[in-house]
Amino acid sequence: MKIIILGAGQVGSTVAYHLAREEANEVTIVDIDAVHLRELQDRLDLRTIQGRASFPGVLKAAGAGDADMIIALTDSDETNMVACQVAYTLFHTPTKIARVRAPEYMEIHEKLFAQEAMPVDFIIAPEKLVTRHIKRLIQYPGALQVLEFADGKVRLVAVRTHKEGLLVGHQLAELKEHIPNVETRVVAIYRGGHSILPDGKTVIQEDDEIFFIAARKDIRVVMSELRKLEHPVRSVVIAGGGNIGLSLARELERTNQVKLIERDRARAREISEQLDRTIVLHGDAADEELLTEENIDICDVFCAVTNADEANILSALLAKRLGARKVMSLINRPSYAALVEAGTIDIAISPQQITLGSLLAHVRRGDVAKVHSLRRGGAEAIEAIAHGKRGSSKVVGRAVEDIELPAGTSISALVRGDEVIIAHHDSVIEEDDHVILFMADRTKIGAVERLFQVDVTFI
Amino acid sequence: MSIRVVQRILGLLLMIFSVTMLPALVVSIVFVDGEHGAFASAFLITAVSGLILWFPVRRTKDELRLRDGFLVVAGFWIVLGLFGAAPLLLAEHLDMKPIDAVFESMSGLTTTGATVLTGLDQLPKSILYYRQQLQWLGGMGIIVLAVAVLPMLGVGGMQLYRAETPGPVKDTKLTPRITETAKALWYIYLGITVVCVLAYIAAGMTVFDAIGHGFSTVAIGGFSTHDASIGYFDSELIEMIAVVFMFIAGINFSLHFLGWRTATVANYLRDPEFRAFVTVLGSLTLLVTLYLYFAGYYPTLHEAFTKGIFQAVSIGTTTGFTTANYSAWPGSLPVALILASFIGGCAGSTGGGMKVIRWLLIYKQGVREVRQLVHPSAAIPVKIGSKAVPERVIGAVWGFFAVYIVLFGFMMLLLLGTGLDQVTAFSAVAAALNNLGPGLGEVSSNFASLGVMAKSVSIAAMLLGRLEIFTLFVLFTPTFWQR
Repeated sequence: MKIIILGAGQVGSTVAYHLAREEANEVTIVDIDAVHLRELQDRLDLRTIQGRASFPGVLKAAGAGDADMIIALTDSDETNMVACQVAYTLFHTPTKIARVRAPEYMEIHEKLFAQEAMPVDFIIAPEKLVTRHIKRLIQYPGALQVLEFADGKVRLVAVRTHKEGLLVGHQLAELKEHIPNVETRVVAIYRGGHSILPDGKTVIQEDDEIFFIAARKDIRVVMSELRKLEHPVRSVVIAGGGNIGLSLARELERTNQVKLIERDRARAREISEQLDRTIVLHGDAADEELLTEENIDICDVFCAVTNADEANILSALLAKRLGARKVMSLINRPSYAALVEAGTIDIAISPQQITLGSLLAHVRRGDVAKVHSLRRGGAEAIEAIAHGKRGSSKVVGRAVEDIELPAGTSISALVRGDEVIIAHHDSVIEEDDHVILFMADRTKIGAVERLFQVDVTFI
Repeated sequence: MSIRVVQRILGLLLMIFSVTMLPALVVSIVFVDGEHGAFASAFLITAVSGLILWFPVRRTKDELRLRDGFLVVAGFWIVLGLFGAAPLLLAEHLDMKPIDAVFESMSGLTTTGATVLTGLDQLPKSILYYRQQLQWLGGMGIIVLAVAVLPMLGVGGMQLYRAETPGPVKDTKLTPRITETAKALWYIYLGITVVCVLAYIAAGMTVFDAIGHGFSTVAIGGFSTHDASIGYFDSELIEMIAVVFMFIAGINFSLHFLGWRTATVANYLRDPEFRAFVTVLGSLTLLVTLYLYFAGYYPTLHEAFTKGIFQAVSIGTTTGFTTANYSAWPGSLPVALILASFIGGCAGSTGGGMKVIRWLLIYKQGVREVRQLVHPSAAIPVKIGSKAVPERVIGAVWGFFAVYIVLFGFMMLLLLGTGLDQVTAFSAVAAALNNLGPGLGEVSSNFASLGVMAKSVSIAAMLLGRLEIFTLFVLFTPTFWQR
């Protein structure tokens, strides 16, 4: 697929990195900063074009004439929108994705981003995605990641096992006896950074990172098997009043007791006007006295979401030492995330990973509804829709055990209409089922994509 | 730095190179010239050496870093020069000293075209073919070929590509994937070569000569299968065909790529480097023609023009074919032609020299200095076409220019030290460093009379010229080897 990425910022570079790694993609990236582009060119096998992303000449030089997809990720919403408009009007680019942050545009997005108005096919709002991600984590205390499939009917949850979990020290097969009425499936286990292919005889150990899939209502029950169930989150302290901090506070303030710390006085004033119940504090999130004063020791979740990775990590470490029950930190740099993972900081949230997943869903061939990028891009969970008939599809009409999957890949669940079916070896896939797969090794993506493509010669 | 990844790629490249000896083996069998043994053994030696290098480290997964790229390219060209000499050394009908064989092989691969052999017309056909093929392989670069056929080089391919391709700016790719870019370049190269060969056949060459000369023309090499070079054919048509293809091969291949994609010539006419290239060759042709005619060297304007344009384009693009003994031409012409070879072809072409774009930048920089003197507070960017050139690039061009000239002087002194006269020393270094081929004085037709020391210096000069100095030079700096 020929892909043009506009903007080589944090998200743009990450997306370029992941897409260029895949054999099938030809990636061109556009940015104003020539120095930054040269660095990218040194690391990745892609083409770089220097210039304003929305200019027709620049897009033409980037190969918009025969590009399959354009992903506009520059800092400016307006540039992104105009670039999509230009790509549509002049080059008839089939798929146009734009990052739009400002909620003012998003409020009327259905009218605004229609083909005859502002032709953007898909909108991604990273702040919104990150906010939702954090909100789900707060909803399920103890989870490292909560990923949604099929409009939230099915969730893939990552947890770190704890010795008080009922199943810890037992074989996986016993899970069925412990909770006979609950359908669930453990899809992956990571122990000491390495992936273990789970089967019935696998013994769960303490400190394993476990990915399991279950219907939304069953998640808490399954989690209690793996670690001690924590009481629901009441008080939340958010450090950083940027877009994410603000929207997170807005989402949480009805149900939780929220405090938000913002360093800039004017900004603090501005957010306080927009929020109703949240207590907006003006000060430094790494100020020990301020944190103590605001009872950090009894807060359930401390969430650092400023722009600076370093500030996030340090303030989260401090909050943990001062007694916060659970600390989360927004970390952009993958190397930092690897450093702090499983250390003092409970959860490292990577905005690029979250954004990347929503983009990958459009890049994948076949009808892919959702992609979640996991383990810093090493693994991937996919929701693909099975089309065709038994003759033309490699999956429809077949039992799970009869489908040839690449190594490390497993079918975890099926969603048929409103019904969630946790996959067994004899579950048969029907047409229009949403199939949820887990791939421990993302490099096998080509084989999985081919599975879900309808073979036109058989129709 | 990872020695293992360098070793693995070197091994692979050697194995690829060994395959290129097989066509010569076929030629030898077809013409029954008795050299099949030499090529078969050379093939085995090269292939086995590659295998020995590659086998122990074949599973290494280390990534190729920027520095390793330099080491691979420079190391491979040196190794290539040595292994390329193997068939020449092993040949039964040739009695070459090792230094001569290496000289010949390096001269072929760097597309210089200087030779130490005489009596070419009597040599075995397979040897003649092999020499021409060396030039053709060296023209676009074997490493670029390897990048095209070995997809696993990945990002590392870009480092290798950049270290081997000539020109001051190499960040622009024709296609997003480096392997696709390398493939496109080789397809264009192959396409031009095929057309050139067909044109030669149509003009009356034998198929063997046409292929041989097609190879060395499009590679801007200059080797011939005859002592009298293109002059042997004594055909104006063939000479003009050669002029056209030397000119085409001297143009930046990315222009060919765009021209082929869009099927127009507009992008050529818009390109400042192309226009400068045409201007240089045009004025050189005019100068030579008029000088020859008015000095009375050739009786008719027609003859002065045909000899003039051929020699101007051949030397100007650094090919080095000859139809006339230009070193005996009157006045400043011989030296003017040699100096023109310092300009050479366009960046990204198969031509040698310092490349037109660098001279264009230096010229524009000069103009800017003058204007800055008149308007001290004016902000004057150096522009190529309508685009301002980053100061870093201009600095790099100056650096290249300075090192080129210093190296030139240094090597000329070395040659003078071996007892050569000034004209010979000057032209030998120029001919080698610019990948031109024939010089003046003692080296006007071949380099056979030079001593071992002088030949070694010439070999080094050819390699420095082909890899544009810095790729080879970084290996001799302490910074490169510091961890």
